[in-house]
Amino acid sequence: MYKGIVTMLLLVGLLPTVQAETAAEKGLAIITESDNRDKGWVDSSADLLMTLRNKKGGESIREMRIKSLEVEGDGDKSLTVFDQPRDVKGTAFLTYSHALDADEQWIFLPALKRVKRISSSNKSGPFMGSEFAYEDISSFEIEKYSYVYLSDEVIDGMDCFVVETKPLYKYSGYTKSILWIDKAEYQLRKVDYFDRKNSLLKTQQFSDYQKFLDQYWRPLTMTMENKQNGKSTELKFSNYKFRTGLTDKDFEKNDLKRQR
Amino acid sequence: MILNANAKILLLSVGLLLVQSSAQAAEWSGYSALEYRYFPHQTFNEGVGEHDISAVFAPEFYHEWDDGRQSIIVAPFLRVDSEDAERTHADLREARWLIAEDEWEVRLGVGKVYWGVTESQHLVDVINQTDLVENTDTEDKLGQPMINLSFFKDWGTFDLFVLPYFRERTFVGKQGRLRSQLVVDTDNARYESGAKQHHLDVAMRWSQSIGNWDVALSHFYGTNREPVLQLNSTATALTPYYEVMNQTGLELQNTTDSWLWKLEVIRRDTSSETFTALTGGFEYTFYGVFESNYDVGLISEYLFDDRNDELITPFENDVMIGSRITWNDEQSTELLVGLVQDLDSSDAAWNIEASRRFGNNWTLSLEGRIFKSDQAQSSLYQIRRDDYIQLELARYF
Repeated sequence: MYKGIVTMLLLVGLLPTVQAETAAEKGLAIITESDNRDKGWVDSSADLLMTLRNKKGGESIREMRIKSLEVEGDGDKSLTVFDQPRDVKGTAFLTYSHALDADEQWIFLPALKRVKRISSSNKSGPFMGSEFAYEDISSFEIEKYSYVYLSDEVIDGMDCFVVETKPLYKYSGYTKSILWIDKAEYQLRKVDYFDRKNSLLKTQQFSDYQKFLDQYWRPLTMTMENKQNGKSTELKFSNYKFRTGLTDKDFEKNDLKRQR
Repeated sequence: MILNANAKILLLSVGLLLVQSSAQAAEWSGYSALEYRYFPHQTFNEGVGEHDISAVFAPEFYHEWDDGRQSIIVAPFLRVDSEDAERTHADLREARWLIAEDEWEVRLGVGKVYWGVTESQHLVDVINQTDLVENTDTEDKLGQPMINLSFFKDWGTFDLFVLPYFRERTFVGKQGRLRSQLVVDTDNARYESGAKQHHLDVAMRWSQSIGNWDVALSHFYGTNREPVLQLNSTATALTPYYEVMNQTGLELQNTTDSWLWKLEVIRRDTSSETFTALTGGFEYTFYGVFESNYDVGLISEYLFDDRNDELITPFENDVMIGSRITWNDEQSTELLVGLVQDLDSSDAAWNIEASRRFGNNWTLSLEGRIFKSDQAQSSLYQIRRDDYIQLELARYF
């Protein structure tokens, strides 16, 4: 009897938490599944054309080449070299990303031939004047966010999970993001970003998905629309290559000086 | 017979190389620029005006093959100046062949190497000669003939340099601004070593990144890039005298969150003097100030030289404070303002640099310098009337 009351009290006390955990657990489970499906790509390289559009319809472009290396149990490594605009041609970024620790980052300035270690605290700042913040294009790691499953929703005819994420790393410009992940392939279709005042800041759309190595989906187009200033940025990826034989040796400080 | 076979192989290799060359990406890039400098004060030097216009052409040819493991760069440089015959000059900034493997690489030819971490001055950076007619900030360098071997190990990167030919420092001529009252007679440079410009200089450097720390140690033995300026026999000009030196350098940077802590120390030993100099300080950046896109960086460095002689270097006991503001806009607008203040006198040097891109290919840069000095025994005193403001319009291709 006594035991029974205790059990009942415990159950009553636990019930709401169990339900809340279910939404968090479901959110985490969806992201984990999505992450697992993307494991094992080893390395990749791609060309990227970035088009910045302002309210008046003015355009400017950036062109870069990106090499990435999957690092198990830690954030990925990446090396980005600029081709356009011409005044920054040859400028290169090397990043060792980490889940919650600060990323390690170096920049190569071709005019001076100078390799400079830079701070990686600039998460919320615009990448090359675009609507993409540094944190939007950095390597995804599960540990970076907390997750809550919100609902199911159909967008563009695709059945999607809607998951809310909150950044757990320092210096984020967002209070939360809402992710739409399709149920068929567990790929991102849309993200809404909310600023520090919790109002909608940007919407990112993912399209032209292509499957590589029979397993890894990559969106060849991403657009980021700023809902507050009317500007937008489009990313177009091309020339994607996987498992090209890149190793840690291709992602060292010295490699910055070799780039063109 | 054997020779013939070898010759055939050679021909075949060259042929293959050419075929590969045409198949792979070969490309031209670079910039041309128009520069205008205005000096608001008249100078004591006769026949030197307040305006200066010059044009730069700096193309670069790059070509890589062998899956990017081999490449060449050829980068000539030309400036034509309306006033100063010495500032009108051409140089081969780079003409090098790179062979890069996972564990090592070799650079052969004329190259450019940067060492260092600090912003206010560059003590450790001694491989390339300063192209002083370009700018007083000593950041423009002449191409240096070299063989550079780099080894990449778990314990760091080890660089070895063999520098078979010495480049003399450029100095502003009679019709130029930003010079001492007596012109430097670059045609009559003298050397401590009998080998003169052919003295074989050598250098090595070890560098490593360990967590938040980037560290490097270097040693240079060879012709001092900084000449001693001696009065000539008729006391009408200064003659550069190049000594042989040993220099050991340390570079250290700690990067923690928004803080960069930096230190450069050198110990230089020549037949006329032995001294220690250092630059140390920090750079702290406020990212996205007041919920905007602007980044505001604060920089402060202490400059020290134990020779304590302001005629040789004005930076013997000075503090630099500055700020770097980045707009993070489409045009990559940037502003850098700084002040180097002598702690023993009222001597000071102000600096402003700003730049902005227009369209995809044009940039406009502004540069301004103010030199304050009222002690005749300081080298800053010589250029105290050479404050200037400069505009540069560049087109990149």
